[in-house]
Amino acid sequence: MKKILISLLILFMFFVPNLYAEDAVEIFKGESGSLSLAGGTAHIPVLKEAAKRIMKYNHDIRITIGGGGSGVGIKKVGEGLIDIGNSGRKPSPGEISKYGLELYRWAIDGVTVVVHPSNKVNNLDTDTLKKIFSGKIKNWSKIGGSNAKINIYTRDNSSGTRKVFWKKALNKGEISPKALFISSNGAMKTAVAKDKNSIGYISIGHLDNSVKGLSLNGISPELENVKSGEYKVARGLYSNTKGEAKGLERKFIDYLYTLEGQSIIASKGFIPVKK
Amino acid sequence: MQKKIVPGYILSENREQILNIYNLFLKFIIFSGAILSSVLIFLILLIMIFLALPFFSHEGISIFSGSWNPVSGSYGIAPMIAGTVLTAVPALIIAFPLSLGYSVFAAETGNRYLKKPAILLIRAASSIPTVVYAFAGIFIIVPLIRKIGHGGSGYSILSASLVLAVLISPTMIFFFYDSLKSVNKYTQQGALALGASKSEKVLFLLIPSAKRGIFAGVFLGLGRALGDTMISLMLAGNSASFPDSAFESARTLTAHIALVMAADYDSPEFRSVFACGIILYLITAFLSITARYIYKGRIQ
Repeated sequence: MKKILISLLILFMFFVPNLYAEDAVEIFKGESGSLSLAGGTAHIPVLKEAAKRIMKYNHDIRITIGGGGSGVGIKKVGEGLIDIGNSGRKPSPGEISKYGLELYRWAIDGVTVVVHPSNKVNNLDTDTLKKIFSGKIKNWSKIGGSNAKINIYTRDNSSGTRKVFWKKALNKGEISPKALFISSNGAMKTAVAKDKNSIGYISIGHLDNSVKGLSLNGISPELENVKSGEYKVARGLYSNTKGEAKGLERKFIDYLYTLEGQSIIASKGFIPVKK
Repeated sequence: MQKKIVPGYILSENREQILNIYNLFLKFIIFSGAILSSVLIFLILLIMIFLALPFFSHEGISIFSGSWNPVSGSYGIAPMIAGTVLTAVPALIIAFPLSLGYSVFAAETGNRYLKKPAILLIRAASSIPTVVYAFAGIFIIVPLIRKIGHGGSGYSILSASLVLAVLISPTMIFFFYDSLKSVNKYTQQGALALGASKSEKVLFLLIPSAKRGIFAGVFLGLGRALGDTMISLMLAGNSASFPDSAFESARTLTAHIALVMAADYDSPEFRSVFACGIILYLITAFLSITARYIYKGRIQ
């Protein structure tokens, strides 16, 4: 009996690490070729990590990840310039039918208002937020901050983050023409972190100590609140292909839905979505 | 039949024919190259006009007066035209005296061990991609301007102008340097013989004689400043409104094109970009043609 148990245990020990190390990236065994991705910038941390692990496992695969914004991602994949186009919003019915896009939503993400960490303001309601972004409130002192001009940072029109923020946080309110334009989530974080009087908005997955995420109508921008649906400014993160994904594209997208893929998504601050 | 004698060779009839065909062929290649590139330049303009036509017929010339607000259907590019001029002209004003001083140093007054390195340095500087300048600007100029500008973001006209000035200096210095160098040596000796000091020689002989090269350099430098994209895109902040001060953000035509390029191909925003393209094309074409004319001496 003891012998059987021990041998079973040994067998199991052989099996466990194998399961752990091999399962997910294993699907790329024997593959080769290159894969190009571009578009939404909120996706980048997750995709980079996934690409790193895949390329480490199989040196014959080259994966390049570019930015540009959701609009660029959709347009480029639709024209066949890249393999996978990322978007931080659902492609419009027009875009889907025009390019024959196939959508893969693999995470849910929130969009939060961010300010410099030294800013005294912690919470804004929708009305105040709209007034700030439209340029009607010009000074931080009016809403409990220090006496300084508010510098508004926004994203360019291609941005899915902008579209979601505009629709769900500003209720399609005006964004002041004086706002400064930033072209990615990463750049937005750096710009806001460097400017004491800034206000901007980024994907919750990009939130860290260098900036402060503000509560909106008293609800803090935490993953829990996004998950429960209490924090309203949320969206799906999509990877889109022209027609059904196949070959390496298919495997890359499948990888994001594996346990390992989902753990990457969660570790980068997003809510993973099952297929 | 008598054989023709070509210097160095005695050619048979046959060989001469081959040579003739070869020459014709070569001429044809060169000619078609020249035609192709000049036709392409005109085609680009025509295509831009063609693609901008639907926009103009829809929106009229409101593009030159209104503000930029695509959500409410207003596609004015006047703020961008202002932004372009307000970054490029100050850049020229900053760069001109610096470039003139530098080229006088490198061509004339400088230490003889430093003259050569000075001009080599500029040659190297002129091949740096503009995105590198812009990148350096983000880390050096923007924080500085933020500090001076009291609560501004630092992404401003001033930041972009300062870096643009650095960008266009090599272009100007080359033109200035070449024309300072090409002033007649005997006239220079004459000036010295008449008792002119070195600085008098520079002021009253070299610079007036190099006038044409200086004007040409200025025009080309301005053209470069107007046409550059990366620096204003990365440093000027890109807000689509008329700036009130040098510490405020602005958007240039080039940056505007780069930003709107991501829009849907069928949207009016995207079509309005062609209008920007036409304006930029005409301005820079005018500047560089004028520069060439001045340089060749057709305009005195």
